[in-house]
Amino acid sequence: MGSPILNKILARAAKKPSVAAGDLVVVDVDTVVLYDSNFFPVYWRDPVKIADPDRIAVIFDHRVPAPDRGCAQAHIDGREFAKRFGIRRMHDIGYDQGIAHTVVADKGYAVPGSVLICSDSHTGAGGAFNCAARGVGGPDIIYAAITGQTWFAVCETIRYDLTGKLKPGVTAKDLFLHLAQTFGDHSTYNVEFGGEGMRGMSMDARRTLATMGTELNAEFTIFEPDDLLADYMRERNPVPFEAQYPDADAIYAERRTLDLGSVETLVALPDAMIGNAVPVGKAVGERIDQAFIGSCANGNLEDLAIAARVVAGRRVAAGVRFLVTPGSQAIYRQALKAGYIETLLDAGAVVTPATCGACGGGHMGVLGANETCITASTRNFKGRMGDPTARIFMGSPATVAASAIAGAIADPGEYMKGANW
Amino acid sequence: MISGRVWKFGDSINTDMMMPGPALYLPEAERIRYVFQANRPGWVDQVKRGDFIVGGKSYGVGSSRPAALSLRNVGIGCLIAESINGLFFRNCVSFGLLALECPGVHGMFEEGQTAAVSTADLTVRNDQTGEVRKALPVPRQLLDLMCGGGIFPLLESQGLIAPLPAKPGKTEMLTA
Repeated sequence: MGSPILNKILARAAKKPSVAAGDLVVVDVDTVVLYDSNFFPVYWRDPVKIADPDRIAVIFDHRVPAPDRGCAQAHIDGREFAKRFGIRRMHDIGYDQGIAHTVVADKGYAVPGSVLICSDSHTGAGGAFNCAARGVGGPDIIYAAITGQTWFAVCETIRYDLTGKLKPGVTAKDLFLHLAQTFGDHSTYNVEFGGEGMRGMSMDARRTLATMGTELNAEFTIFEPDDLLADYMRERNPVPFEAQYPDADAIYAERRTLDLGSVETLVALPDAMIGNAVPVGKAVGERIDQAFIGSCANGNLEDLAIAARVVAGRRVAAGVRFLVTPGSQAIYRQALKAGYIETLLDAGAVVTPATCGACGGGHMGVLGANETCITASTRNFKGRMGDPTARIFMGSPATVAASAIAGAIADPGEYMKGANW
Repeated sequence: MISGRVWKFGDSINTDMMMPGPALYLPEAERIRYVFQANRPGWVDQVKRGDFIVGGKSYGVGSSRPAALSLRNVGIGCLIAESINGLFFRNCVSFGLLALECPGVHGMFEEGQTAAVSTADLTVRNDQTGEVRKALPVPRQLLDLMCGGGIFPLLESQGLIAPLPAKPGKTEMLTA
């Protein structure tokens, strides 16, 4: 009886020949990622020692640049921690900063076949790199930094064999909404993606989908390795790695084949994504106050490229705030060199520095009472981006950009005619 | 055996309801004032120390924020749900909130009834109706952590984290 990808990675990390669903395993953690929130007094307990500074990365993202004195102090404490323990992978505000999961991608920290944890729920983004990456709790992070270990309950896996290709203008975000609408809640299961269709997806698209695995309520989300992944990693991180494929006779809870060509542009209605998505046409015309593209899910270079293509030569509708947040300062620079930033600014977008910012309702784009927003970010729960009476629609970066121009939710197809997608 | 008055909640109760974004970095004493603000305003003034929550499916979906700590700090003695999100369950373990998955539990209680839970055999009983159900098994190590206050007391007992300074504002983790 063969194993899915996750079981093989966890077995190796637990130094066992194999693991099975239902097992509780204690594993060595290859990478522990801390971010600025960890260092707030209500979260932090100061370690007396740490297991290995080279297995830790500190990345400031949730509250940057510091919007108030409490955050500034947390940043000071984080810097002091990194210095005290000699942590070299310190991503402070500046050249190498970004949203933690995006920096992890930029730098190749989510090594294929390895285990990575962070106390942010979208850590599963690292699953795009064949890495057993997941969100844990704040105390788990402190425990792992000190002891080098953590625990996991091994789950069964649902496997998606992707075939075909997404239609022009349809993105990985639409694919996520399709999964959330068609298959619903994936609670208690790992989700594994593979197949010819997966191999045709860019690394950015895979990262969007892996990030949104959290919103399918999956435990782990993981992708099969391929040449594109191997090349991506080699450009970023010289460490040797052993990517894991599923066994040919792997046991899955369920195996589902999905033709990417069948996915349409979708929008999730406010407050939930699972079972709450409609074809974009059904939401068209809904007036908006704010449009947002950013976060670990949609702050990738490809997302900014899509947004720029949609708004090129157009102007954001009067009365609409169009906020764009690159996932990292590195992506910001790439988008600048590619001309996307200029195109966005010329259209009237506000481009912010890399931060979690508006996605979590922290700062830099918080919604007021009864406002309506369409967002290409991670989550549209009630109150997520600010006031609990605000309505948050969720769509692809193409849909959000088109809506910013229209002043109301719009079908991006209308804005992409003649464009070379 | 512990018992408590039951508050009932539905399916997919998410972390943003228990700990909304604007409350994330407030001192714990202020942060807990926001629990269920969006979906059940005023609840924090009604809940009493030792009360239980009975939830539906996928309790605790969403963020890794320490919402389990807030539930503990408003006085919740035990959370029992049809199913609990994996990340939220981890936080219950880490912060020492007794949390059990018990299929059928949602239909077993009316709000205000009394639930009794045995951590020895993981049974859940309705004191009014006498109905008893078995919760799903929890590995002993995790149950011990949940009942022992979570990870921080463990690390502290081993001298691996610095004791909390006496300074006000840094003691909130221990209120429960």
